[in-house]
Amino acid sequence: MEIFNTIANGLRDWLMGSLGFSATATEIITTAVWTLVAILFVMINLIILVWMERKLAAYFQLRRGPNRLGPAGFLQFPVDIVKVLGKEDIIPANADRFIFKIASTCAFITSLTAFAVIPFSEGVALLQNLNIGIFYFIAVGSTATLSLLMGGWSSNNKYSLLGGMRTVAQMISYEIPMVFSLLGVVMIAGSLNLTDIVNAQKNTWFVIPQLIAFIVFFIAATAELNRGPFDLAEGEQELVAGYMTEYSGIRWAIYMIAEYGNLVASSAIISIMFLGGWNAPFGLTFIPPFLWLMLKIYLVIFVFMWIRWTLPRIRIDHLMHFGWKFLIPVSLANILVTGIGVYVYRMITL
Amino acid sequence: MDVIKPHEYDELLRNNVILSTVDAAFNWCRSRSIWPLTFGLACCAIEMMAAGDARYDIARFGSEVYKPSPRQCDLMIIAGTITKKMQPLVARLYEQMAEPKYVLAMGSCAISGGPFTDSYNVVKGADTFLPVDVYVPGCPPRPEALLYGFLQIRQKIANPKKIEGLRKHG
Repeated sequence: MEIFNTIANGLRDWLMGSLGFSATATEIITTAVWTLVAILFVMINLIILVWMERKLAAYFQLRRGPNRLGPAGFLQFPVDIVKVLGKEDIIPANADRFIFKIASTCAFITSLTAFAVIPFSEGVALLQNLNIGIFYFIAVGSTATLSLLMGGWSSNNKYSLLGGMRTVAQMISYEIPMVFSLLGVVMIAGSLNLTDIVNAQKNTWFVIPQLIAFIVFFIAATAELNRGPFDLAEGEQELVAGYMTEYSGIRWAIYMIAEYGNLVASSAIISIMFLGGWNAPFGLTFIPPFLWLMLKIYLVIFVFMWIRWTLPRIRIDHLMHFGWKFLIPVSLANILVTGIGVYVYRMITL
Repeated sequence: MDVIKPHEYDELLRNNVILSTVDAAFNWCRSRSIWPLTFGLACCAIEMMAAGDARYDIARFGSEVYKPSPRQCDLMIIAGTITKKMQPLVARLYEQMAEPKYVLAMGSCAISGGPFTDSYNVVKGADTFLPVDVYVPGCPPRPEALLYGFLQIRQKIANPKKIEGLRKHG
């Protein structure tokens, strides 16, 4: 997307040239503008995603879904948000007030910082060409666990605490196969930079040589996002609503925003690492690269929602067994096979 | 400076245009997004679940978001018989809900104790201890009746002044 870079450079020139800011001040202002754009991006996606989730859930269950407000019920979510803004803000009497207040915001911040490295097209990212891009994403993504535990623990409610603990157990268990499955891609591409990884997929998307890694990553990402069938952290039957049981009004809404933000970020990473990023398949280059990436992201999100509304929730011990006894060995074997493959390929070609 | 007499408060508040407009917008949004509590007491709850499923689909009005935690709900549907043992728990759930909150009494039992009203162990209606907004009669009421009750509660939320007027004369 040339236009983004043109706007960014224009802004930089205008700040430094016409207004006479120093280089540091200019950098700070451009970063702030980028952050604002990222927040807007998350919000716009949130409105579309919540609508999509409710409509898809309805269609999967042979229902109609929201259809009274706006075209096909599209305005239902904005109305919900206004209502949530007007709800009472309850802080439990024995809660750890400070941590209770900042926990949901922390969750939102971690989901937002993940967007810093995601390149939406050649060179369009907040931290362009960060040479440890995927490492940064994983590192930031794993801190999300902390904010959920903060919310669960500070509420001083047994269901919240259990939900928070479960989230931590689940996320840490599934973090490992997730990282291992990404290593195969990194070994083939020979880089941790997301732009380089996308450029290495010009001819073949990594979903083909790394099919097992793709499947492992997809499952681990579902668990990481707390989405069904792995949404044990908020299993209504056992733990009222998990770590967000005591949250009401806008604090709860921020948790939801963070959850959908994580969904977009993880889908973007799947599209970039395995589905060729902004590369156009079958030479369909008349669609701009940015739109291609968005199409792929939304395809991945559709599959996430499809799985969520089709499969029943699994049990916590099954979840742990599946993570530790199946996904980790499979992803380790994948690294071994990929390593041998890369070595053999180098021996043949060099 | 003139002293504002108590009977003039109402008029002053009524003339405060901006406040009332925001209130109207909030009320409109509240009336269009009623999230019920996942909570049922007896057989009426089965009809309540049917109202959420394919044939009746309460989601059309944006109310399929049955929240498990009372903190995030707007509406409490009392679906079923309230026994004396359950009454404190129902009251507690109501107290845990965040304002603004509404109560819908569904079925004869929740309205007056229904067929069990003479029992030693049944509370004679939810309105003996909760401020009920809408009554949906039936034993149990059909899902259509519950949907009609939803639309009534929506009207009630969207037009608070009208309801006040009714209360004055009713």
